[in-house]
Amino acid sequence: MSTLPENALSAPPRASVHQPASGRPPGAARVALILLGKELRLELRTLESVPGMALFALSAFVIFHFALNRAALQGDLAAGVLWVTILLAALLAINRLFVADAQQGGFEALALAPVPPGAILAAKAAALLIYLLVLELLALPAFALLLLAQPLAAAAFGVLATLLLGDIAIAVIGTLVSALVIRSRARDLLGPLLMLPLLIPVVIGATSALSPLLAPHAPDLSSWLSATGLRWLAVLGLYDLLFGLIAYALFEFLLED
Amino acid sequence: MDSTQKPPARLLRTAWLPVTTALMIAAALALTFFYAPLEAQEGFLQKIFYLHVPLAIVTLCGFVYGGLLAIAHLRTREVRYDVRSYVAIHMSLIFGVCVLITGSIWAKGSWGHWWVWNEPTLDSFLIIMLLYCTYQPLRFAIEDRERQARYASVFAITAGAFVPMAMIVVRLAPQYVHPRVLSSANNLPAPMGATFVVALLAFSLLYATLWRLEVRVKLARFRLRALQRLALERAQAPLRAPLASPGAPLLVPSTASADRSSGRRRQLAERGEVIVP
Repeated sequence: MSTLPENALSAPPRASVHQPASGRPPGAARVALILLGKELRLELRTLESVPGMALFALSAFVIFHFALNRAALQGDLAAGVLWVTILLAALLAINRLFVADAQQGGFEALALAPVPPGAILAAKAAALLIYLLVLELLALPAFALLLLAQPLAAAAFGVLATLLLGDIAIAVIGTLVSALVIRSRARDLLGPLLMLPLLIPVVIGATSALSPLLAPHAPDLSSWLSATGLRWLAVLGLYDLLFGLIAYALFEFLLED
Repeated sequence: MDSTQKPPARLLRTAWLPVTTALMIAAALALTFFYAPLEAQEGFLQKIFYLHVPLAIVTLCGFVYGGLLAIAHLRTREVRYDVRSYVAIHMSLIFGVCVLITGSIWAKGSWGHWWVWNEPTLDSFLIIMLLYCTYQPLRFAIEDRERQARYASVFAITAGAFVPMAMIVVRLAPQYVHPRVLSSANNLPAPMGATFVVALLAFSLLYATLWRLEVRVKLARFRLRALQRLALERAQAPLRAPLASPGAPLLVPSTASADRSSGRRRQLAERGEVIVP
Protein backbone atom coordinates (compact mmCIF):
# COMPACT_ATOMS: atom_id res chain seq x y z
CA MET A 1 0.00 0.00 0.00
CA SER A 2 2.86 2.35 0.77
CA THR A 3 4.25 2.07 -2.73
CA LEU A 4 1.05 3.17 -4.37
CA PRO A 5 1.82 6.89 -4.88
CA GLU A 6 5.21 6.13 -6.35
CA ASN A 7 3.62 3.67 -8.72
CA ALA A 8 0.92 6.12 -9.65
CA LEU A 9 3.55 8.62 -10.69
CA SER A 10 5.51 6.11 -12.69
CA ALA A 11 2.47 4.86 -14.60
CA PRO A 12 1.15 7.44 -17.10
CA PRO A 13 -2.44 6.12 -17.36
CA ARG A 14 -3.07 6.57 -13.64
CA ALA A 15 -1.55 10.03 -13.63
CA SER A 16 -3.81 11.11 -16.46
CA VAL A 17 -6.86 10.13 -14.44
CA HIS A 18 -5.87 12.45 -11.66
CA GLN A 19 -5.14 15.30 -14.04
CA PRO A 20 -7.33 14.83 -17.12
CA ALA A 21 -5.92 16.95 -19.93
CA SER A 22 -9.25 17.98 -21.39
CA GLY A 23 -11.01 18.45 -18.05
CA ARG A 24 -13.48 15.64 -18.80
CA PRO A 25 -13.58 12.34 -16.94
CA PRO A 26 -12.07 9.43 -18.86
CA GLY A 27 -14.39 7.20 -20.93
CA ALA A 28 -15.76 3.89 -19.72
CA ALA A 29 -13.30 1.80 -21.73
CA ARG A 30 -10.37 3.73 -20.34
CA VAL A 31 -11.68 3.42 -16.78
CA ALA A 32 -12.09 -0.32 -17.31
CA LEU A 33 -8.48 -0.59 -18.51
CA ILE A 34 -7.25 1.34 -15.49
CA LEU A 35 -9.26 -0.86 -13.13
CA LEU A 36 -7.96 -3.97 -14.88
CA GLY A 37 -4.43 -2.65 -14.39
CA LYS A 38 -5.19 -2.22 -10.69
CA GLU A 39 -6.52 -5.79 -10.42
CA LEU A 40 -3.49 -7.27 -12.15
CA ARG A 41 -1.06 -5.16 -10.13
CA LEU A 42 -2.78 -6.28 -6.94
CA GLU A 43 -2.55 -9.91 -8.01
CA LEU A 44 1.11 -9.56 -8.97
CA ARG A 45 1.93 -8.09 -5.58
CA THR A 46 -0.11 -10.39 -3.38
CA LEU A 47 -0.15 -13.55 -5.56
CA GLU A 48 -3.40 -14.52 -3.89
CA SER A 49 -5.26 -16.26 -6.72
CA VAL A 50 -3.27 -17.69 -9.62
CA PRO A 51 -0.60 -19.70 -7.76
CA GLY A 52 -3.26 -21.24 -5.55
CA MET A 53 -5.38 -22.14 -8.58
CA ALA A 54 -2.41 -23.74 -10.34
CA LEU A 55 -1.44 -25.77 -7.31
CA PHE A 56 -5.06 -26.82 -6.86
CA ALA A 57 -5.24 -27.97 -10.49
CA LEU A 58 -2.08 -30.00 -10.11
CA SER A 59 -3.38 -31.64 -6.93
CA ALA A 60 -6.68 -32.35 -8.65
CA PHE A 61 -4.92 -34.17 -11.50
CA VAL A 62 -3.07 -36.34 -8.97
CA ILE A 63 -6.31 -37.00 -7.11
CA PHE A 64 -8.09 -37.96 -10.32
CA HIS A 65 -5.25 -40.33 -11.17
CA PHE A 66 -5.65 -42.18 -7.90
CA ALA A 67 -9.42 -41.88 -7.63
CA LEU A 68 -10.03 -43.21 -11.13
CA ASN A 69 -7.05 -45.56 -10.93
CA ARG A 70 -5.95 -44.72 -14.45
CA ALA A 71 -2.51 -43.88 -15.76
CA ALA A 72 -3.84 -42.23 -18.90
CA LEU A 73 -7.17 -40.72 -19.87
CA GLN A 74 -8.77 -40.11 -23.24
CA GLY A 75 -12.00 -39.03 -24.85
CA ASP A 76 -14.89 -37.85 -22.70
CA LEU A 77 -13.18 -38.94 -19.48
CA ALA A 78 -10.20 -36.70 -20.24
CA ALA A 79 -12.47 -33.80 -21.23
CA GLY A 80 -14.50 -34.20 -18.05
CA VAL A 81 -11.47 -34.33 -15.76
CA LEU A 82 -9.95 -31.27 -17.41
CA TRP A 83 -13.17 -29.25 -17.14
CA VAL A 84 -14.02 -30.22 -13.60
CA THR A 85 -10.52 -29.23 -12.57
CA ILE A 86 -10.68 -25.85 -14.31
CA LEU A 87 -14.15 -25.20 -12.92
CA LEU A 88 -13.20 -25.95 -9.32
CA ALA A 89 -9.96 -23.99 -9.62
CA ALA A 90 -11.95 -21.04 -10.97
CA LEU A 91 -14.16 -21.13 -7.86
CA LEU A 92 -11.09 -20.32 -5.76
CA ALA A 93 -10.50 -17.07 -7.66
CA ILE A 94 -14.21 -16.23 -7.83
CA ASN A 95 -14.52 -16.49 -4.06
CA ARG A 96 -11.75 -13.94 -3.65
CA LEU A 97 -12.72 -11.61 -6.49
CA PHE A 98 -14.48 -8.89 -4.48
CA VAL A 99 -13.18 -9.64 -0.99
CA ALA A 100 -10.57 -6.88 -1.05
CA ASP A 101 -13.11 -4.36 -2.33
CA ALA A 102 -15.62 -5.28 0.35
CA GLN A 103 -13.20 -5.38 3.26
CA GLN A 104 -10.73 -2.61 2.44
CA GLY A 105 -13.01 0.09 1.16
CA GLY A 106 -12.71 -0.53 -2.57
CA PHE A 107 -16.45 -0.28 -3.11
CA GLU A 108 -16.63 3.08 -1.35
CA ALA A 109 -13.74 4.40 -3.43
CA LEU A 110 -15.41 3.24 -6.64
CA ALA A 111 -18.69 4.81 -5.55
CA LEU A 112 -16.97 8.14 -4.95
CA ALA A 113 -15.16 8.12 -8.29
CA PRO A 114 -17.22 8.57 -11.46
CA VAL A 115 -16.87 4.92 -12.47
CA PRO A 116 -19.63 3.37 -14.59
CA PRO A 117 -20.76 -0.08 -13.34
CA GLY A 118 -20.09 -1.60 -16.75
CA ALA A 119 -16.43 -0.65 -16.43
CA ILE A 120 -16.14 -2.43 -13.08
CA LEU A 121 -17.83 -5.51 -14.51
CA ALA A 122 -15.58 -5.51 -17.57
CA ALA A 123 -12.42 -5.02 -15.50
CA LYS A 124 -13.27 -7.75 -13.00
CA ALA A 125 -14.35 -10.20 -15.70
CA ALA A 126 -11.23 -9.48 -17.74
CA ALA A 127 -9.04 -9.99 -14.69
CA LEU A 128 -10.75 -13.32 -13.99
CA LEU A 129 -10.34 -14.31 -17.64
CA ILE A 130 -6.64 -13.54 -17.48
CA TYR A 131 -6.25 -15.59 -14.29
CA LEU A 132 -7.98 -18.50 -16.02
CA LEU A 133 -5.82 -18.23 -19.14
CA VAL A 134 -2.65 -18.15 -17.03
CA LEU A 135 -3.96 -21.12 -15.06
CA GLU A 136 -4.54 -23.06 -18.28
CA LEU A 137 -1.12 -22.09 -19.57
CA LEU A 138 0.27 -23.94 -16.56
CA ALA A 139 -2.33 -26.67 -16.10
CA LEU A 140 -2.74 -27.80 -19.70
CA PRO A 141 0.89 -28.94 -20.13
CA ALA A 142 0.71 -30.60 -16.74
CA PHE A 143 -2.49 -32.36 -17.78
CA ALA A 144 -0.94 -33.52 -21.07
CA LEU A 145 2.14 -34.74 -19.22
CA LEU A 146 0.42 -36.47 -16.31
CA LEU A 147 -2.86 -37.82 -17.58
CA LEU A 148 -3.44 -37.49 -21.31
CA ALA A 149 -3.00 -40.61 -23.40
CA GLN A 150 -1.83 -38.94 -26.60
CA PRO A 151 -0.05 -35.68 -27.49
CA LEU A 152 -2.19 -32.58 -27.33
CA ALA A 153 -0.49 -30.65 -30.12
CA ALA A 154 -2.60 -32.10 -32.94
CA ALA A 155 -5.82 -30.72 -31.54
CA ALA A 156 -4.37 -27.53 -30.12
CA PHE A 157 -6.56 -25.03 -31.97
CA GLY A 158 -9.84 -26.68 -31.11
CA VAL A 159 -8.84 -27.11 -27.48
CA LEU A 160 -7.76 -23.49 -27.17
CA ALA A 161 -10.92 -22.14 -28.82
CA THR A 162 -13.12 -24.24 -26.53
CA LEU A 163 -11.19 -23.24 -23.44
CA LEU A 164 -11.32 -19.56 -24.36
CA LEU A 165 -15.08 -19.51 -24.88
CA GLY A 166 -15.65 -21.55 -21.73
CA ASP A 167 -13.37 -19.24 -19.76
CA ILE A 168 -15.32 -16.19 -20.90
CA ALA A 169 -18.51 -17.79 -19.55
CA ILE A 170 -16.82 -18.61 -16.23
CA ALA A 171 -15.43 -15.08 -16.01
CA VAL A 172 -18.72 -13.30 -16.72
CA ILE A 173 -20.91 -15.54 -14.54
CA GLY A 174 -18.24 -15.64 -11.85
CA THR A 175 -18.09 -11.85 -11.66
CA LEU A 176 -21.86 -11.53 -11.45
CA VAL A 177 -22.23 -14.25 -8.82
CA SER A 178 -19.28 -13.01 -6.81
CA ALA A 179 -20.81 -9.54 -6.62
CA LEU A 180 -24.17 -11.07 -5.78
CA VAL A 181 -22.95 -13.00 -2.73
CA ILE A 182 -20.32 -10.57 -1.45
CA ARG A 183 -22.74 -8.82 0.93
CA SER A 184 -24.21 -11.99 2.35
CA ARG A 185 -23.10 -13.71 5.51
CA ALA A 186 -22.27 -17.10 3.99
CA ARG A 187 -20.59 -15.93 0.81
CA ASP A 188 -17.90 -18.63 0.72
CA LEU A 189 -20.63 -21.25 0.69
CA LEU A 190 -23.20 -19.48 -1.48
CA GLY A 191 -20.81 -18.49 -4.26
CA PRO A 192 -20.00 -22.04 -5.39
CA LEU A 193 -23.60 -23.18 -4.83
CA LEU A 194 -24.84 -20.50 -7.22
CA MET A 195 -21.99 -20.89 -9.69
CA LEU A 196 -22.19 -24.61 -10.32
CA PRO A 197 -25.76 -24.87 -11.69
CA LEU A 198 -25.24 -21.77 -13.83
CA LEU A 199 -22.11 -23.35 -15.31
CA ILE A 200 -23.56 -26.79 -16.05
CA PRO A 201 -24.51 -25.71 -19.61
CA VAL A 202 -20.91 -24.55 -20.05
CA VAL A 203 -19.64 -27.91 -18.86
CA ILE A 204 -21.98 -29.68 -21.28
CA GLY A 205 -20.82 -27.54 -24.19
CA ALA A 206 -17.12 -27.60 -23.40
CA THR A 207 -16.84 -31.32 -22.68
CA SER A 208 -18.92 -32.18 -25.72
CA ALA A 209 -16.63 -30.09 -27.87
CA LEU A 210 -13.43 -31.41 -26.28
CA SER A 211 -14.11 -35.14 -26.03
CA PRO A 212 -13.61 -35.97 -29.74
CA LEU A 213 -10.41 -33.90 -29.72
CA LEU A 214 -8.99 -35.89 -26.82
CA ALA A 215 -10.07 -39.27 -28.24
CA PRO A 216 -7.44 -41.75 -29.52
CA HIS A 217 -7.89 -40.83 -33.18
CA ALA A 218 -8.45 -37.11 -32.97
CA PRO A 219 -10.11 -35.64 -36.06
CA ASP A 220 -8.39 -32.80 -37.85
CA LEU A 221 -9.69 -29.29 -37.39
CA SER A 222 -12.10 -29.04 -40.31
CA SER A 223 -13.76 -32.41 -39.73
CA TRP A 224 -14.06 -31.64 -36.00
CA LEU A 225 -15.66 -28.29 -36.77
CA SER A 226 -18.13 -29.74 -39.22
CA ALA A 227 -18.99 -32.72 -37.00
CA THR A 228 -19.71 -31.22 -33.59
CA GLY A 229 -17.14 -28.54 -32.91
CA LEU A 230 -18.76 -25.59 -34.61
CA ARG A 231 -22.12 -26.27 -33.04
CA TRP A 232 -20.69 -26.36 -29.53
CA LEU A 233 -18.48 -23.33 -30.08
CA ALA A 234 -21.61 -21.49 -31.23
CA VAL A 235 -23.52 -22.65 -28.13
CA LEU A 236 -20.71 -21.50 -25.85
CA GLY A 237 -20.39 -18.19 -27.68
CA LEU A 238 -24.12 -17.56 -27.44
CA TYR A 239 -24.09 -18.42 -23.73
CA ASP A 240 -21.22 -15.96 -23.22
CA LEU A 241 -23.11 -13.26 -25.08
CA LEU A 242 -26.41 -13.76 -23.25
CA PHE A 243 -24.84 -13.83 -19.81
CA GLY A 244 -22.67 -10.85 -20.74
CA LEU A 245 -25.83 -8.88 -21.52
CA ILE A 246 -27.58 -10.05 -18.34
CA ALA A 247 -24.57 -9.17 -16.19
CA TYR A 248 -24.22 -5.77 -17.90
CA ALA A 249 -27.89 -4.97 -17.31
CA LEU A 250 -27.94 -6.07 -13.67
CA PHE A 251 -24.51 -5.16 -12.35
CA GLU A 252 -25.37 -1.59 -11.41
CA PHE A 253 -28.00 -2.82 -8.94
CA LEU A 254 -25.32 -4.67 -7.00
CA LEU A 255 -23.15 -1.59 -6.54
CA GLU A 256 -25.68 0.87 -5.21
CA ASP A 257 -24.57 0.96 -1.62
CA MET B 1 -59.87 -1.40 1.16
CA ASP B 2 -62.02 -4.46 1.49
CA SER B 3 -63.74 -3.26 4.64
CA THR B 4 -65.57 -0.51 2.76
CA GLN B 5 -67.34 -3.01 0.49
CA LYS B 6 -70.52 -4.84 1.33
CA PRO B 7 -69.96 -8.40 2.61
CA PRO B 8 -71.36 -10.28 -0.46
CA ALA B 9 -69.20 -8.28 -2.87
CA ARG B 10 -66.19 -8.91 -0.67
CA LEU B 11 -66.88 -12.61 -0.57
CA LEU B 12 -67.28 -12.71 -4.33
CA ARG B 13 -64.04 -10.86 -4.83
CA THR B 14 -61.95 -13.11 -2.62
CA ALA B 15 -63.69 -16.42 -3.19
CA TRP B 16 -64.09 -16.73 -6.95
CA LEU B 17 -60.53 -17.86 -7.54
CA PRO B 18 -60.36 -20.64 -4.91
CA VAL B 19 -63.81 -21.88 -5.89
CA THR B 20 -62.94 -21.97 -9.60
CA THR B 21 -59.68 -23.71 -8.74
CA ALA B 22 -61.42 -26.40 -6.70
CA LEU B 23 -63.93 -27.02 -9.50
CA MET B 24 -61.21 -27.20 -12.13
CA ILE B 25 -59.06 -29.58 -10.07
CA ALA B 26 -62.08 -31.80 -9.57
CA ALA B 27 -62.84 -31.67 -13.28
CA ALA B 28 -59.23 -32.47 -14.19
CA LEU B 29 -59.14 -35.47 -11.84
CA ALA B 30 -62.51 -36.72 -13.12
CA LEU B 31 -61.38 -36.44 -16.73
CA THR B 32 -58.07 -38.12 -15.93
CA PHE B 33 -59.60 -41.16 -14.31
CA PHE B 34 -62.94 -41.57 -16.12
CA TYR B 35 -62.60 -39.95 -19.54
CA ALA B 36 -59.04 -40.18 -20.83
CA PRO B 37 -58.40 -43.61 -22.37
CA LEU B 38 -55.76 -46.00 -21.06
CA GLU B 39 -52.50 -45.66 -22.93
CA ALA B 40 -51.59 -48.75 -24.94
CA GLN B 41 -48.06 -49.35 -23.62
CA GLU B 42 -47.96 -47.94 -20.13
CA GLY B 43 -51.57 -48.46 -19.12
CA PHE B 44 -52.73 -46.88 -15.89
CA LEU B 45 -49.28 -45.53 -15.05
CA GLN B 46 -49.54 -43.03 -17.88
CA LYS B 47 -52.23 -41.15 -15.92
CA ILE B 48 -49.46 -39.50 -13.90
CA PHE B 49 -48.73 -37.59 -17.10
CA TYR B 50 -51.78 -35.38 -16.36
CA LEU B 51 -50.28 -34.48 -12.99
CA HIS B 52 -46.56 -34.36 -13.69
CA VAL B 53 -46.39 -32.40 -16.95
CA PRO B 54 -48.83 -29.60 -16.00
CA LEU B 55 -47.03 -29.20 -12.66
CA ALA B 56 -43.69 -28.95 -14.46
CA ILE B 57 -44.97 -26.37 -16.95
CA VAL B 58 -46.53 -24.28 -14.16
CA THR B 59 -43.31 -24.49 -12.12
CA LEU B 60 -41.11 -23.24 -14.94
CA CYS B 61 -43.55 -20.48 -15.87
CA GLY B 62 -43.63 -19.49 -12.19
CA PHE B 63 -39.85 -19.15 -12.12
CA VAL B 64 -39.91 -16.95 -15.23
CA TYR B 65 -42.82 -14.97 -13.77
CA GLY B 66 -40.73 -14.39 -10.63
CA GLY B 67 -37.99 -12.98 -12.85
CA LEU B 68 -40.43 -10.63 -14.62
CA LEU B 69 -41.77 -9.39 -11.27
CA ALA B 70 -38.17 -8.85 -10.17
CA ILE B 71 -37.65 -6.62 -13.23
CA ALA B 72 -40.71 -4.64 -12.13
CA HIS B 73 -39.22 -4.40 -8.64
CA LEU B 74 -35.89 -3.07 -9.86
CA ARG B 75 -37.65 -0.55 -12.11
CA THR B 76 -40.14 0.77 -9.56
CA ARG B 77 -38.47 -0.16 -6.22
CA GLU B 78 -41.88 -1.00 -4.81
CA VAL B 79 -41.87 -3.56 -2.03
CA ARG B 80 -44.98 -5.31 -3.29
CA TYR B 81 -43.23 -6.42 -6.49
CA ASP B 82 -40.44 -7.92 -4.42
CA VAL B 83 -42.99 -9.77 -2.30
CA ARG B 84 -44.76 -11.03 -5.42
CA SER B 85 -41.50 -12.18 -6.98
CA TYR B 86 -40.47 -13.93 -3.77
CA VAL B 87 -43.81 -15.71 -3.48
CA ALA B 88 -43.75 -16.75 -7.15
CA ILE B 89 -40.36 -18.41 -6.70
CA HIS B 90 -41.34 -19.88 -3.35
CA MET B 91 -44.48 -21.47 -4.83
CA SER B 92 -42.54 -22.74 -7.83
CA LEU B 93 -40.03 -24.39 -5.52
CA ILE B 94 -42.83 -26.27 -3.76
CA PHE B 95 -44.41 -27.27 -7.07
CA GLY B 96 -40.96 -28.24 -8.34
CA VAL B 97 -40.42 -30.72 -5.53
CA CYS B 98 -43.75 -32.31 -6.50
CA VAL B 99 -42.55 -32.46 -10.12
CA LEU B 100 -39.36 -34.26 -9.13
CA ILE B 101 -41.28 -36.74 -6.97
CA THR B 102 -43.93 -37.50 -9.60
CA GLY B 103 -41.24 -37.71 -12.28
CA SER B 104 -39.32 -40.22 -10.20
CA ILE B 105 -42.44 -42.34 -9.70
CA TRP B 106 -43.12 -42.29 -13.42
CA ALA B 107 -39.52 -43.17 -14.25
CA LYS B 108 -39.57 -46.07 -11.77
CA GLY B 109 -42.77 -47.44 -13.23
CA SER B 110 -41.89 -46.87 -16.84
CA TRP B 111 -38.16 -47.57 -17.00
CA GLY B 112 -37.51 -49.40 -13.75
CA HIS B 113 -35.26 -46.76 -12.19
CA TRP B 114 -36.06 -43.89 -9.85
CA TRP B 115 -33.89 -41.59 -11.91
CA VAL B 116 -32.87 -41.79 -15.55
CA TRP B 117 -30.38 -39.64 -17.37
CA ASN B 118 -31.84 -40.07 -20.85
CA GLU B 119 -34.70 -37.63 -20.45
CA PRO B 120 -33.41 -34.10 -21.10
CA THR B 121 -36.43 -32.30 -19.67
CA LEU B 122 -36.02 -34.11 -16.36
CA ASP B 123 -32.30 -33.34 -16.24
CA SER B 124 -32.62 -29.66 -17.07
CA PHE B 125 -35.40 -29.43 -14.51
CA LEU B 126 -33.06 -30.81 -11.87
CA ILE B 127 -30.38 -28.25 -12.80
CA ILE B 128 -32.90 -25.41 -12.58
CA MET B 129 -34.11 -26.66 -9.19
CA LEU B 130 -30.52 -26.85 -7.94
CA LEU B 131 -30.06 -23.21 -8.86
CA TYR B 132 -33.31 -22.05 -7.27
CA CYS B 133 -32.54 -23.96 -4.08
CA THR B 134 -29.97 -21.22 -3.39
CA TYR B 135 -32.53 -18.40 -3.69
CA GLN B 136 -33.73 -18.45 -0.12
CA PRO B 137 -30.32 -19.06 1.48
CA LEU B 138 -28.95 -16.11 -0.50
CA ARG B 139 -31.90 -13.90 0.30
CA PHE B 140 -31.90 -14.51 4.02
CA ALA B 141 -28.13 -14.26 4.35
CA ILE B 142 -28.40 -10.54 3.53
CA GLU B 143 -29.47 -8.53 6.53
CA ASP B 144 -30.44 -5.11 5.20
CA ARG B 145 -34.02 -5.39 3.93
CA GLU B 146 -33.73 -3.04 0.98
CA ARG B 147 -30.49 -4.65 -0.16
CA GLN B 148 -31.97 -8.08 0.38
CA ALA B 149 -34.84 -7.28 -1.98
CA ARG B 150 -32.50 -5.79 -4.59
CA TYR B 151 -30.04 -8.69 -4.57
CA ALA B 152 -32.86 -11.24 -4.60
CA SER B 153 -34.28 -9.48 -7.67
CA VAL B 154 -30.94 -9.66 -9.46
CA PHE B 155 -30.84 -13.38 -8.68
CA ALA B 156 -34.44 -13.87 -9.82
CA ILE B 157 -33.81 -12.17 -13.16
CA THR B 158 -30.58 -14.08 -13.82
CA ALA B 159 -32.15 -17.39 -12.88
CA GLY B 160 -35.33 -16.63 -14.84
CA ALA B 161 -33.24 -16.09 -17.96
CA PHE B 162 -31.29 -19.25 -17.14
CA VAL B 163 -34.46 -21.38 -17.24
CA PRO B 164 -34.94 -21.40 -21.04
CA MET B 165 -31.18 -21.47 -21.68
CA ALA B 166 -30.70 -24.57 -19.54
CA MET B 167 -33.63 -26.31 -21.23
CA ILE B 168 -32.15 -25.65 -24.68
CA VAL B 169 -28.50 -26.48 -23.94
CA VAL B 170 -29.27 -29.69 -22.06
CA ARG B 171 -31.47 -30.84 -24.91
CA LEU B 172 -28.57 -30.38 -27.36
CA ALA B 173 -26.26 -32.64 -25.34
CA PRO B 174 -24.97 -35.70 -27.21
CA GLN B 175 -26.38 -38.34 -24.88
CA TYR B 176 -29.90 -37.52 -26.09
CA VAL B 177 -29.44 -38.41 -29.77
CA HIS B 178 -31.87 -41.32 -29.59
CA PRO B 179 -35.57 -40.45 -29.98
CA ARG B 180 -37.29 -39.12 -26.91
CA VAL B 181 -39.85 -41.23 -25.14
CA LEU B 182 -42.18 -38.39 -24.25
CA SER B 183 -42.03 -36.31 -27.39
CA SER B 184 -45.56 -37.26 -28.36
CA ALA B 185 -47.31 -34.42 -26.54
CA ASN B 186 -48.19 -32.79 -29.85
CA ASN B 187 -49.94 -35.73 -31.45
CA LEU B 188 -52.01 -36.88 -28.50
CA PRO B 189 -55.42 -38.33 -29.30
CA ALA B 190 -58.21 -35.81 -28.73
CA PRO B 191 -59.54 -37.10 -25.35
CA MET B 192 -56.04 -37.18 -23.91
CA GLY B 193 -55.26 -33.73 -25.28
CA ALA B 194 -58.46 -32.29 -23.82
CA THR B 195 -57.75 -33.84 -20.42
CA PHE B 196 -54.23 -32.46 -20.52
CA VAL B 197 -55.44 -28.94 -21.30
CA VAL B 198 -57.96 -29.04 -18.45
CA ALA B 199 -55.29 -30.34 -16.07
CA LEU B 200 -52.87 -27.62 -17.16
CA LEU B 201 -55.53 -24.98 -16.57
CA ALA B 202 -56.42 -26.48 -13.18
CA PHE B 203 -52.85 -26.48 -11.90
CA SER B 204 -52.25 -22.96 -13.23
CA LEU B 205 -55.27 -21.85 -11.23
CA LEU B 206 -53.98 -23.71 -8.17
CA TYR B 207 -50.70 -21.88 -8.49
CA ALA B 208 -52.49 -18.54 -8.89
CA THR B 209 -54.68 -19.18 -5.84
CA LEU B 210 -51.81 -20.12 -3.57
CA TRP B 211 -49.69 -17.28 -4.91
CA ARG B 212 -52.40 -14.71 -4.24
CA LEU B 213 -53.05 -16.10 -0.79
CA GLU B 214 -49.41 -15.96 0.26
CA VAL B 215 -48.88 -12.48 -1.21
CA ARG B 216 -51.84 -11.21 0.78
CA VAL B 217 -50.67 -12.87 3.98
CA LYS B 218 -47.21 -11.42 3.59
CA LEU B 219 -48.43 -7.90 2.86
CA ALA B 220 -50.87 -8.09 5.76
CA ARG B 221 -48.03 -9.20 8.03
CA PHE B 222 -45.91 -6.25 6.90
CA ARG B 223 -48.77 -3.87 7.67
CA LEU B 224 -49.32 -5.47 11.03
CA ARG B 225 -45.66 -5.06 11.91
CA ALA B 226 -45.71 -1.44 10.84
CA LEU B 227 -48.74 -0.82 13.03
CA GLN B 228 -47.15 -2.63 15.95
CA ARG B 229 -44.07 -0.47 15.64
CA LEU B 230 -46.25 2.58 15.54
CA ALA B 231 -48.07 1.45 18.67
CA LEU B 232 -44.78 0.81 20.39
CA GLU B 233 -43.53 4.27 19.47
CA ARG B 234 -46.68 5.78 20.83
CA ALA B 235 -46.53 3.76 24.01
CA GLN B 236 -42.98 4.88 24.63
CA ALA B 237 -43.69 8.54 23.96
CA PRO B 238 -44.47 10.68 27.03
CA LEU B 239 -47.99 11.96 27.81
CA ARG B 240 -49.58 9.07 25.98
CA ALA B 241 -52.02 6.61 27.39
CA PRO B 242 -50.22 3.79 29.20
CA LEU B 243 -49.81 0.55 27.32
CA ALA B 244 -52.84 -1.39 28.50
CA SER B 245 -52.52 -4.59 26.51
CA PRO B 246 -50.33 -5.30 23.49
CA GLY B 247 -53.18 -5.71 21.01
CA ALA B 248 -55.67 -3.07 22.09
CA PRO B 249 -54.18 0.28 21.01
CA LEU B 250 -53.55 -0.92 17.46
CA LEU B 251 -57.09 -0.97 16.27
CA VAL B 252 -58.33 2.10 18.15
CA PRO B 253 -56.38 5.05 16.82
CA SER B 254 -56.61 7.94 19.26
CA THR B 255 -57.67 10.53 16.77
CA ALA B 256 -57.80 13.53 19.01
CA SER B 257 -54.46 13.18 20.69
CA ALA B 258 -52.42 11.90 17.76
CA ASP B 259 -50.21 14.54 16.29
CA ARG B 260 -50.15 15.19 12.57
CA SER B 261 -47.01 13.38 11.48
CA SER B 262 -47.72 10.17 13.32
CA GLY B 263 -51.25 10.28 11.94
CA ARG B 264 -49.84 10.45 8.42
CA ARG B 265 -47.49 7.61 9.11
CA ARG B 266 -50.35 5.58 10.45
CA GLN B 267 -52.35 6.21 7.30
CA LEU B 268 -49.42 5.19 5.14
CA ALA B 269 -48.82 2.12 7.25
CA GLU B 270 -52.44 1.12 6.98
CA ARG B 271 -52.29 1.36 3.24
CA GLY B 272 -49.16 -0.75 3.32
CA GLU B 273 -46.91 1.91 1.85
CA VAL B 274 -44.51 2.23 4.73
CA ILE B 275 -42.94 -1.15 5.11
CA VAL B 276 -39.87 -1.01 7.23
CA PRO B 277 -38.64 -3.95 9.25
